[in-house]
Amino acid sequence: MIYVVIAYLWAAILLYILLGGADFGAGIIELFTSAKNKQYTRTTMYQAIGPVWEANHMWLIIAIVVLFVGFPQIYTTVSTHLHIPLVIMLFGIIARGTAFTFRNYDAVVDNMQKVYNKIFVYSSFVTPFFLGVIAASAVSGKIDPGASDFLSAYVFSWLNWFSVTVGFFTVAICGYLAAIFIIGETRDDASRKRFIRKAKQMNGAAVVFGGLVFLSAKAEAIPLDRWLFDNVVGIVSLVAAVLSLILLWYLLLQKGKVLIIRVLAGFQVTMILLAITLRHYPNIVILKGGQYLSLMEHAGQEKTIYSLAMALLLGSIFILPALFYLIYSFQKNKGEWEH
Amino acid sequence: MNDFMAARSQMALSLGFHIVFSCIGMVMPFFMAVAHFYWLKTNDVVYRNITKAWSKGVAIFFATGAVSGTVLSFELGLLWPEFMKHAGPIFGMPFSLEGTAFFIEAIALGFFLYGWGRFNRWFHWFTGVVVGVSGLVSGILVVAANAWMNSPAGFDYVNGQYLNIDPIRAMFNDAWFSQALHMCIAAFSATGFAVAGIHALMILKKKNIRFHTQSFRIAAVFACVAALLQPLSGDISAKDVAKRQPAKLAAMEAHYHTEAAAPLILGGIPDSEAKEVKFAIKLPGMLSFMVHSNFQTPVDGLDKIPEEDQPPVAVTHYAFQVMVGLGMVMLLIAVCYFIAIWRKRQWMQRTWFLRAFVLATPMGFIAVEAGWTVTEVGRQPWIINGIMRTADAVTPMPGIAYSFYIFTAVYISLSVIVTFLLYRQIRMVDKLYDVSPAV
Ligand code: HDD
Ligand code: HEM
Ligand code: HEM
Repeated sequence: MIYVVIAYLWAAILLYILLGGADFGAGIIELFTSAKNKQYTRTTMYQAIGPVWEANHMWLIIAIVVLFVGFPQIYTTVSTHLHIPLVIMLFGIIARGTAFTFRNYDAVVDNMQKVYNKIFVYSSFVTPFFLGVIAASAVSGKIDPGASDFLSAYVFSWLNWFSVTVGFFTVAICGYLAAIFIIGETRDDASRKRFIRKAKQMNGAAVVFGGLVFLSAKAEAIPLDRWLFDNVVGIVSLVAAVLSLILLWYLLLQKGKVLIIRVLAGFQVTMILLAITLRHYPNIVILKGGQYLSLMEHAGQEKTIYSLAMALLLGSIFILPALFYLIYSFQKNKGEWEH
Repeated sequence: MNDFMAARSQMALSLGFHIVFSCIGMVMPFFMAVAHFYWLKTNDVVYRNITKAWSKGVAIFFATGAVSGTVLSFELGLLWPEFMKHAGPIFGMPFSLEGTAFFIEAIALGFFLYGWGRFNRWFHWFTGVVVGVSGLVSGILVVAANAWMNSPAGFDYVNGQYLNIDPIRAMFNDAWFSQALHMCIAAFSATGFAVAGIHALMILKKKNIRFHTQSFRIAAVFACVAALLQPLSGDISAKDVAKRQPAKLAAMEAHYHTEAAAPLILGGIPDSEAKEVKFAIKLPGMLSFMVHSNFQTPVDGLDKIPEEDQPPVAVTHYAFQVMVGLGMVMLLIAVCYFIAIWRKRQWMQRTWFLRAFVLATPMGFIAVEAGWTVTEVGRQPWIINGIMRTADAVTPMPGIAYSFYIFTAVYISLSVIVTFLLYRQIRMVDKLYDVSPAV
């Protein structure tokens, strides 16, 4: 049963990166779009993510609940030592979620829209950045449960080059996912080209920051290269990610392959996450001095895990068909709708 | 402000904020379903307009409820790590089921808000009902988790260790039913009075009367039925509290001394030094009757509870008085409403009648906040009643006061914006939905 729970945890994180990431990316792209195209980007994005917006963000909640029910020690260690970035991320989530809704549901369209837009785009940047920081810090070995002074216990646990570069990398990945996603939503050639360009830029940024992540890992003495390259799965998944990237750019030159392109982009990100997580598994938090918090050793008691797994399985029976139907019906007849 | 107080205040603030949105998120879908039903049955556009106008307001509340709830699920760990380390695996069952309920709610909401004119009309209506039902279920589940803190169950506490955990028994603890029942009714009455009050105000202003009258009626019926049931369910709660948390009951009633034929105390200023309540009205024997259904049976007072285990008396007592007082006012209004329906149709148009509803607009929500203050402050100094003290659960991180100030600022700004948006929605009703025959 513990494996069921771990699988769900991993899947929830993956889906949050993919769906939530595309969602954040929408704001990131808006941030880097010239003023004259902003409105178009905005409307296209809204049409695409509006109906699934609430649902995307549920994956994060599922992941958190699985953590605090199943692996309380991991949840509490992380939330104690990464308190500050978590709070900043929460402010990002508050700002983003409300601004997104307010701008679409404000009964009067006036200058307030500018305020909502500003808040939306900046928080779309800040939130995934800190998500990246938090994830990186969890494995960077900088969390020091024994620390007694404020700075080393609560600040240097996350403030270092490695975490910061991973933050930027996450932002770039989100932007990339969103751009790929919107390509399928465009209806004329010019905008299609524009979003392809955006996807390329974001892809470039991801490659650059990916490189920086390696450099900073070296500088902080984090054996990232070893994690990725000293095992077959790591290498295979990275190769798969690169191959699919090449294939994706080839396909982008042709029209109409919307679904394949999306699947490929999702596949790449999945492979990257797989490569990163598999090598540590089951140790998802690495503390200072090389200690680990392991999913196996720090799991709750058997009955807890059993009922958690049952709840998740039961939930999926209800959720998945409904979710697919939701996505399917809004993809099938795209375009204008009343609301 | 020390860090411990700051953490408690931040928790209280976040929960007090979230509860408003979650009540609305739980109840409005039912109001909309009724209006929507009339629209499908009668083809009267007014009902369609009501449904649409409400659903726009609700979308704003939903988003705010969703983000404030997300914040809460992190805050439990950010502020109370020691509590979550032990409690998470025990009282987590309702949370893991709640995940499903939220998810279904979010999916159904997607269908409902964006589905106008795209689906079979009854399917569309049905998705609206699903939003309401799953909201209600998640409310019940999360209250069951809170009830566990009042009435811990489903584990053996041996030498500071939590053994033999049984999450199902923990979920169905002794308090879950009375609390969940009381909370659901409270959500209906709070939201109902708030909505009815706003529409009553618009009727008094002679704006778009038909639209507002029909809206008013839908909301008022729910509100008034709930207001009738509330004291009954409150009575169940009080008896329940007397059994499982005598300290809380004593603090609610400012009942310092164990005595037979214990009086019910109304109003007054509790003086914890002198252990008496000044300027209060005392109804002899009533407390004994309420708790034990017998005017003579003694009721335990605070003198039975060790000093260090007593909750703050004044806050708990005042909050309880506020809740019950407002409950009585709403009951009175509800009685008038039913008289109006059955005997005195003409009252419905009377200014005093509508004014009463306008006055009642915030009452339900004030009562909800007061009720939660009773429950939570009355549990102090325990975070898990009788097992773990709140002070032992708090995060070791210093500087929580700053986090509290920032959260306060954020929540105040959000409240201002949401109020402003709601105001705009209401003002636009005229333009968007005016279907009066004069035009
Ligand atoms: C519209 C709101 C509202 C109204 C009118 C009332 N209540 Fe209430 N009350 C609540 C809203 C509420 C609440 C916010 O929903 C609480 C907090 C926790 C809970 O389960 O319900 C609550 C808690 C609560 C508790 C504590 C339960 C516990 O700690 O487990 C008691 C004893 C009562 N109520 C009793 C009453 C009585 C005797 C009322 C008589 C009119 C009453 N309430 C009206
Ligand atoms: C939404 C309605 C709720 C409101 C308005 C509310 C209100 C409050 C208040 C006023 C406090 C501070 C008490 C004090 O420190 O004196 C508090 C504390 C707390 N509440 Fe609630 N509460 C609500 C529901 C819940 C639920 C459903 C849970 C958990 C499942 C919960 C968990 C806690 C925790 C962990 C604390 C901090 C520890 C403590 O002070 O005992 N609350 N809440
Ligand atoms: C008595 C207390 C509570 C009640 C009745 C309640 C009820 C609800 C309801 C009905 C919703 C969905 C409606 C909406 O989005 O507006 C909601 C949202 C949410 N609540 Fe609460 N809640 C309570 C306290 C809590 C607590 C203590 C937590 C966390 C520990 C929490 C976590 C959440 C989350 C994560 C969401 C967002 C779900 C989404 O995205 O749809 N709630 N709550």
